[in-house]
Amino acid sequence: MKSWKILLVDDEEEFVSTLAERLQLREIRADTATDGEEALSLIEAKRPHVVVLDVMMPGLSGLDVLRRIRTQYPQVQVILLTGHGSTREGIEGMRLGAFDYLMKPIDIEELIEKIRNAVESSHQETSSWGWRR
Amino acid sequence: MNSISDKKWFRTIRTITKGLLHFPDEGNSPAERYKILRRNMIILMLLVTVVPLFFMAIINYYEYRRALKKEIVHPLRVLVSKTKHSFELFLAQRLSTVSFIASAYSFEELANEETLRRIFRVTKQEFRDFVDLGLIDCHGTQVSYVGPYKLLGKNYADQSWFHEVKVRGTYISDVFMGYRKFPHVVIAVQHLTDTGCAWILRATIDTEKFDNLIASMGLDSESDAFLLNRSGIFQTNSKFYGKILEKCPLHIPPVSYETNVVEQEDPQGREIFQASTYFVHPSFILVVVKPRSEVLKSWYTLKSELFFLFLAGILAIFLVVFKLTDILVKRIRDSDEKREAAFREIQHTQKLSSIGRLAAGVAHEINNPMAIVNEKAGLMKDIIENIPGFPQREKFLSLVEAILQSVDRCRAVTHRLLGFARRIEVQVEVLDLNDVIEEVLGFLRKEAFHRNIEIELHLPEHLPRIASDRGQLQQVFLNILNNAFAAVEDGGTVSITTWEKDSDTVAVSIRDNGCGMSKETLKHIFEPFFTSKREYGTGLGLPITYGIIKKLGGDIEAQSKEGEGTTFTVYLPKKPKEEQKNEGV
Repeated sequence: MKSWKILLVDDEEEFVSTLAERLQLREIRADTATDGEEALSLIEAKRPHVVVLDVMMPGLSGLDVLRRIRTQYPQVQVILLTGHGSTREGIEGMRLGAFDYLMKPIDIEELIEKIRNAVESSHQETSSWGWRR
Repeated sequence: MNSISDKKWFRTIRTITKGLLHFPDEGNSPAERYKILRRNMIILMLLVTVVPLFFMAIINYYEYRRALKKEIVHPLRVLVSKTKHSFELFLAQRLSTVSFIASAYSFEELANEETLRRIFRVTKQEFRDFVDLGLIDCHGTQVSYVGPYKLLGKNYADQSWFHEVKVRGTYISDVFMGYRKFPHVVIAVQHLTDTGCAWILRATIDTEKFDNLIASMGLDSESDAFLLNRSGIFQTNSKFYGKILEKCPLHIPPVSYETNVVEQEDPQGREIFQASTYFVHPSFILVVVKPRSEVLKSWYTLKSELFFLFLAGILAIFLVVFKLTDILVKRIRDSDEKREAAFREIQHTQKLSSIGRLAAGVAHEINNPMAIVNEKAGLMKDIIENIPGFPQREKFLSLVEAILQSVDRCRAVTHRLLGFARRIEVQVEVLDLNDVIEEVLGFLRKEAFHRNIEIELHLPEHLPRIASDRGQLQQVFLNILNNAFAAVEDGGTVSITTWEKDSDTVAVSIRDNGCGMSKETLKHIFEPFFTSKREYGTGLGLPITYGIIKKLGGDIEAQSKEGEGTTFTVYLPKKPKEEQKNEGV
């Protein structure tokens, strides 16, 4: 089991749980959240390395959550998931400081590749900031 | 009766006015609408210009004619009065001469042939026109006589002039043919002796002087002047109407001692002005005849000038009205068409944008469940692969793979839908033109496949990227390719080539080997509402294309040959112009 801590956020429970299970099979531990509030409290509690965040969610939207993460937890890397074909949200998210983005439906290998990159960059930042004990 | 017909008239006029002021809006075909508009404008403008001009011309015509006639007739009147005066003076002189002789000498002296001869000789020295001189006693018997006739002893008692002279004291006769066929008049004066016996001195005057007086009027060759007596018998020769002592064929106005001018037609059929005046005594009438054409010569000149001016004015009005109306109607038509085109474009854009929103919504809604299906199937695959000896492993793996493939197909569909939605949104981005063309071809590959249309692509890899609007470019190429597909037969060829034209411009040419178009058609293809697809074309595809390309700072041109095919070439700037950025394109 890798030491990565991942949080999956999407309003579709079935989607996040299945994805978490698939990641589990690949020895990646992943927590799940189905709305923005839950995601933020989980980030506060577990301090994940990477958050995989759906842009389109009822309530607190993906981009709102992203903004909060960037201000409160700058070490946490965010990979955006978008169901919208337009790159606009992706571009907006990137501008707000997301690490990368993926279009749904996603390819699991691609996701893992991006998570790997994000974790590595998170480690760099963590070591430089000395957050992780 | 009258008021009813008045009402009818009023209604007719109102209907006509209403018809003229009615500019049709809808209902009629556009061509007919503008024809009616043009017709009504022309009629109205002509009415308000030509009718007043016409009445002005008519009024001027009559006013001028009246004034001029007065001006022209006046000299004629003066001439006639003066000549009448000369005649009267002449006759009065002769009369007073005879009267003087009668007063100066007694009956006895005049009865003496010798004395009378001497008096006659002296008088003739003074007045050459005296022909004879005779004395008649109160019984009407010629007592003495000097002259060429043998009248001595002749009795005049039963002649009318003898009675007239007895009543009036003097007498001047009408002209008669006398000695040697010369026209003469007789002047007679009565003298009362102290004894109460009345005798008469009678003289015959040669009227050659009359002709002199008429000649002295200085009339032109077309005019005529003569004396008549009250029964219309010529007293002098007339140039046109008869000899002396013949009956005058002209109508003579009733007695008036003022000069009378009348217009009439003479027996030769000429239009004449006839000026006439009556003498008080003797009862002659002086008549001067002038042909109208002569009198009104200056009037005719003026009239033709007036007429010419009127015609020139009308011509100018017609030219201006027609030209002006044409220009106005064309302007109106152009702006109508532009407005309509803009309206349709807005409608079209709105339609596209609502379809876009719908497509985006559908794509999004489908994407989420598809993502779940994708993950579930992916998990199934993971599990099958991770558990060794899974029953019917190969069978399940192929089933899962089929599910994943279907998900991929769905993804392609939703991406295309979202690509369509994106076309509505306006944004400049750096893009590869070849990609845009490939995307558009994605829409058309099915049709190409079904119709066996070959698509040749010459898309060089190193083509520079340009900053432009992807959605708008997609629409541009979709429009042009749609036209190309419509033009080619099944099994035809459409070839697309991109190249770098110069350091600022990238070009795309789309060539088909379809039906092509005539030069005439080619001229109009970028005009709104021009369509060769009679039933289903909006006539807006190419105009919108043209508009978009112009907005993006590019250019489009078309070459075509009937039966050989058409080539559209689009030039696009690598960077959008500043002003376009400001407009938010």
